[in-house]
Amino acid sequence: MQRHQQLSLTVNGEPAEVSFAPYKTLLELLREDLRLTGTKHGCELGECGACAVLLDGEPKLSCLVLALECQGKEIETVEGLARGATLHPLQAAFADLGAAQCGYCTPGILMTAKALLEKEPQPTRERIKEAISGNLCRCTGYQQIFEAIEAAAKVMSDESHR
Amino acid sequence: MKVIGKPRRRVDGRAKVTGQTRFADDIVLPRMLHMKLLRSPHPHALIEGIDCSKAQGHPGVHLVLTGKDFPVTFGILPVSQDEYPLAPEHVRYVGDPVAAVIAKDEQTAAEALDLIAIRYKPLKTISDPQEALQNPEPRIHAYSELGNIHRLQAFEFGDVQEAFAKSDHVFEDLFFYEGNTHLAIEQHAAVAEVDGEGKLTLWSSTQVPHYVHRSLARVLQLPASHVRVIATPNGGGFGGKCDVCNHEMVVAKAAMLLGRPVKICLNREEVFYMHRGRHPVLMKFRTGVTKDGRLTGMHLQTLIDGGGYGSYGTASTFYTGALQTVTYELPRYKFEAARVFTNKPPCGPKRGHGTPQPRFGQEIQLDKIAEKLGMDPAELRLKSVLKANAITANWLKIGSIGLAECIRQVVERSGWKGRFRKSPFGKGLGLACGSYLCGAGLPIYFNKMPQSGVQLLVDRSGQVTAFCGATEIGQGSDDVLVAIIAEVLGIDPFDIRCVTGDTGMTPVDLGSYSSRVTVMMGNAAIQAAQKIKDQIAVAAGETLGVSPERLGFANGKVFFDNHSLTFAEAAGLAEEKFGTLGSVGSYKPPRAPGRYKGAGVGPSPAYSYTACVVEAEVDPATGWITVPKIWIAHDIGRTINPVLARGQVEGSVYMGLSEALMEEQVFRRLPPKLSGALVHKIPSLLEYKSLTSLDMPEVDTVLIEQEEGMSDPNCPFGAKEAGQGPLLPVMPAVANAIYDAVGVRIDELPITPDKVLRALERKAKGETPRVGPDHFPAVPYPEPVVVPPPWEGGDGNASKGFQKTKLKVGAS
Amino acid sequence: MMRLPWFEYRAPNSVAEAARILDGEGADAMLIAGGTDLLPNMKRRQMAPKVLVSLSGIEELRSNGKSYGAGMTLTQIVNSNAPAALRQAAHQVATVHLRNMGTLGGNLCLDTRCNYYNQNYEWRKAIDFCLKKDGDICWVATASKRCVAMSSTDCAPALLALGARLKLVSSKGEREIAVEDFYNNDGIEYLKRRPGEILTEVQIPKDVNSTYWKLRRRGAFDFPVLGVAAALSKDGVRIALGAVASRPFLVEKANTFLLNRTLTDEVIDEAAGLVASRAKPMDNADLDLYWRKGVAAEFTRYALRELRGDDMRETRLRIARQVL
Repeated sequence: MQRHQQLSLTVNGEPAEVSFAPYKTLLELLREDLRLTGTKHGCELGECGACAVLLDGEPKLSCLVLALECQGKEIETVEGLARGATLHPLQAAFADLGAAQCGYCTPGILMTAKALLEKEPQPTRERIKEAISGNLCRCTGYQQIFEAIEAAAKVMSDESHR
Repeated sequence: MKVIGKPRRRVDGRAKVTGQTRFADDIVLPRMLHMKLLRSPHPHALIEGIDCSKAQGHPGVHLVLTGKDFPVTFGILPVSQDEYPLAPEHVRYVGDPVAAVIAKDEQTAAEALDLIAIRYKPLKTISDPQEALQNPEPRIHAYSELGNIHRLQAFEFGDVQEAFAKSDHVFEDLFFYEGNTHLAIEQHAAVAEVDGEGKLTLWSSTQVPHYVHRSLARVLQLPASHVRVIATPNGGGFGGKCDVCNHEMVVAKAAMLLGRPVKICLNREEVFYMHRGRHPVLMKFRTGVTKDGRLTGMHLQTLIDGGGYGSYGTASTFYTGALQTVTYELPRYKFEAARVFTNKPPCGPKRGHGTPQPRFGQEIQLDKIAEKLGMDPAELRLKSVLKANAITANWLKIGSIGLAECIRQVVERSGWKGRFRKSPFGKGLGLACGSYLCGAGLPIYFNKMPQSGVQLLVDRSGQVTAFCGATEIGQGSDDVLVAIIAEVLGIDPFDIRCVTGDTGMTPVDLGSYSSRVTVMMGNAAIQAAQKIKDQIAVAAGETLGVSPERLGFANGKVFFDNHSLTFAEAAGLAEEKFGTLGSVGSYKPPRAPGRYKGAGVGPSPAYSYTACVVEAEVDPATGWITVPKIWIAHDIGRTINPVLARGQVEGSVYMGLSEALMEEQVFRRLPPKLSGALVHKIPSLLEYKSLTSLDMPEVDTVLIEQEEGMSDPNCPFGAKEAGQGPLLPVMPAVANAIYDAVGVRIDELPITPDKVLRALERKAKGETPRVGPDHFPAVPYPEPVVVPPPWEGGDGNASKGFQKTKLKVGAS
Repeated sequence: MMRLPWFEYRAPNSVAEAARILDGEGADAMLIAGGTDLLPNMKRRQMAPKVLVSLSGIEELRSNGKSYGAGMTLTQIVNSNAPAALRQAAHQVATVHLRNMGTLGGNLCLDTRCNYYNQNYEWRKAIDFCLKKDGDICWVATASKRCVAMSSTDCAPALLALGARLKLVSSKGEREIAVEDFYNNDGIEYLKRRPGEILTEVQIPKDVNSTYWKLRRRGAFDFPVLGVAAALSKDGVRIALGAVASRPFLVEKANTFLLNRTLTDEVIDEAAGLVASRAKPMDNADLDLYWRKGVAAEFTRYALRELRGDDMRETRLRIARQVL
């Protein structure tokens, strides 16, 4: 059995070549082999959403994606949200409006929210609740998260109309 | 004020949304190794032999440790230093750590765990308080007070029997509050390293780096001056990271033996075993009232399931009784408590620490009392709310109290008057209140030193760096520190850096527990900032030709009239005049009036108050419960950052509702003839239920502030806590709402549809429409410590002539 | 971190190739599609296949225009033109992330569940394992000779009510069976799948008025602790129950009773009682088992009222906490 595999994929818009142990999930590949520790883990069994990333644009749980199946894929993590040093509107809204307290569930929710706003630029409160219902948060009680996503949606909509 | 009270991006917000915040498991060091713990598969057993040879020989394994490597015990409280980093002989719950493997990666370490062979001799298992009371042997701990009863307490503040005899009504009610756990999304993690000087550094996701530091020194027998503990920002704590942990001791020792960094991250199941969560408590309340709704006396008995070790348990036991008196006028109070050991993960402090359980009982009983007396529950409470600066029957001095306004707010905003007892069947409102302290008055180990210290660096660049041992666990303590200093010095919060939770760099702060940080760190910060401000004022005053007390500090300037300097210029002048600048502030809580033995738990510089109305809908066909909306008003004194304060309140409401409806730390006992197993029924994030975004109701939050001039003098800018108090009223308000909706009482938690349906079935049959405990066992409470209350000639001491007599055994 | 065990990995490009690999590896190999059921089981060491045969690279499993490919993700099912019962069932599986990953086929083949079995390796060791995996005793029913782990698929009851058919392909050929013939009332051998067979597609009749009601504690994540599916076609009403046995099943008693009967309140009530009498949940899942049995009657009422045209949206919102 091969103890290491090679993989080429795109992470946050940049090509990456990694050598990794084949039992690893995408979560472990990101955190350990690519040193991108922004993606968090709360259970590694798909039960909390903390590890959510975008895989070819779709929110998925990296703890249940085999790294082996990411050849040629495009992965987006929280580290890729900002443009240079300018925060993505979602990041700014989360930081300003109390959507991040301990910050541990935040990367997973940010990526999930980004995918939502790209599909539905003006989601209703109900749609926002549904979209992040797979992300557990123990700190906020969710309300300020909904408001931050709505605020970001407004900013992004204003920006796109300019 | 320029900073205090203004909504602002929190100082650590950017790092959290970019993924830059370094949590413990994000730390990677060169040559780092990985550790995994082997845990007992038996709930109660003796270790007869351990064979590590195969594990030690497994390729990639660097070290195997067992109990014999750790002869010194530890424990967060001095009275219960009953934990070994690795159990040498006696294991007390499934999950009790017994060995450690350190290897090149986690996968290898996990493989090697399976190669460790341990021979156990199972002992009789004690699975609940009933069994603990009935089985004094085998002793789970030799130091327990009586058999497997860890701790017994009894206090009497005024003759309650006499008060009952003179009351118009005496209400007796039983309640049960199931245990639950913190469920922080971040699992515990720690990294230990021998640094460049050969000294130990430990990064850990902990709320209490100072206590961990002290324990490390003791357990590893190192001089405390050669140990450094850095609390990484916690991904949630809620009290679950307040103990000194087995894995912290073991990872530190491993690093020292190997001379290489070692990391451990617990998996989710292990976090359930670490636990230190809410104690399950059975309660019996007897309360006397006059016919116009005034309390005459209360007698509370509790039976507390402590799990396998002491943890904070002795304090938790006190807390289940101590704060019953700080909300409503209560002339006489008797409190009896017992904590037992059982073979389950140890219970400790979870948000509210011992007070949510009796609060649940008290606030439901008040609802029952109001109904019997034909009074509105809000009116009943408003009649008895304590006055500011009152001293309670058990000698706690409260400061400011905004509870009456809180009650009025939730009553008005929920439309209470038109809806309570007037809603259609199946819909209802429930009201409850809560109180919590702003920091325990005493430190965990007795000493007369400050409980918080803040050190400031200020220089000619205009930058300020604040150092404090307080720990950022998500609650916003870093932001509070920065906001307070910014307000005093009149500068932009963004010009301030803070360094917190590092015992090698920051002055001692006891940690982020008991809601102490805003008050204690805040007061220390004001003191430190004021000293620097005074120096700058003197130096700037000289240059500007103005006396120092006439100078204003605001908007980054130091000014009088049209003369002004930038803060940086003024700081430079102070450097010239006084030399290198630096200041220290510290804080010690005022001494509480109680003098009796046991008076140490309960006192606080201040108390916060909360009122809550819950709207509930119940489907009578299935018992299905929906909570569409919750109104909450919290007496916060002064809001430092309204965005964060609101988050703390809403987060508390979320967690309270989650506990009310679905959280439970429950265990499974297999049929004893077939197996000795006593296992956690649901140690996963899937099966241990917590609210998702779809389960969360709308929350209407009001923060009640005291007017300037009326604010609590013990509190920095009058700011009180917000992280725990708002949780307390939610659970009883849910129970009260269900009663209003369908007329059934659920006197236990969690409140689930099957219980509601069962109670409805009883109602239909004409039986008592209630689900809850029916029986309170005989507990050998001791003779109470008798302490006359302030209004009966007491002086805070126990009565003269009081002697601790033999324990009274018999019916309670 | 919980980690997967070591495994070998194959990524065939066609069903035929996958079938050949399965034949070659025998019992050492397991199929993986979305991985959302298999990978947690592997991390907990409930399963430790030597070889994983990935279906994610096989286009023909996704869709062929006529029927539903077993490789379609649950999100794709939700967004498709499938009948309401299937879309409602798929929509309530797990969470949005897991639906982007999990497949229709995977949900149909979902491992049976039990809270003595769906636990980490160390936990199961502490109870000496159980009948389903590595042990001798069923801890739910210690006298039981068979495993009573619970069927936890949402899509299967919906497809049962719809009268769907499944296609299974192996290197030896293919066969089509009714959904009800795929399941076995045994917690261990819960699928009537022959060795080497791959579920490739699902054929669903059109023009069926259908509905699915799922009972679970929360609005997301949780597996069903009761599933009631109902469909009304020209052949009558079909009601199916999920999550009350080791397999999902049609409630023949109720379906026979409802034949040629108008859905009045009295008829619905009687049918509800018949359905509840066939629900025999065990104490191996969330929420009180007697209560769950009682809710089966109420869910049947909701389903039949919906089929007859009542507006059940408010009730559905209360139970599901989201609207499809």
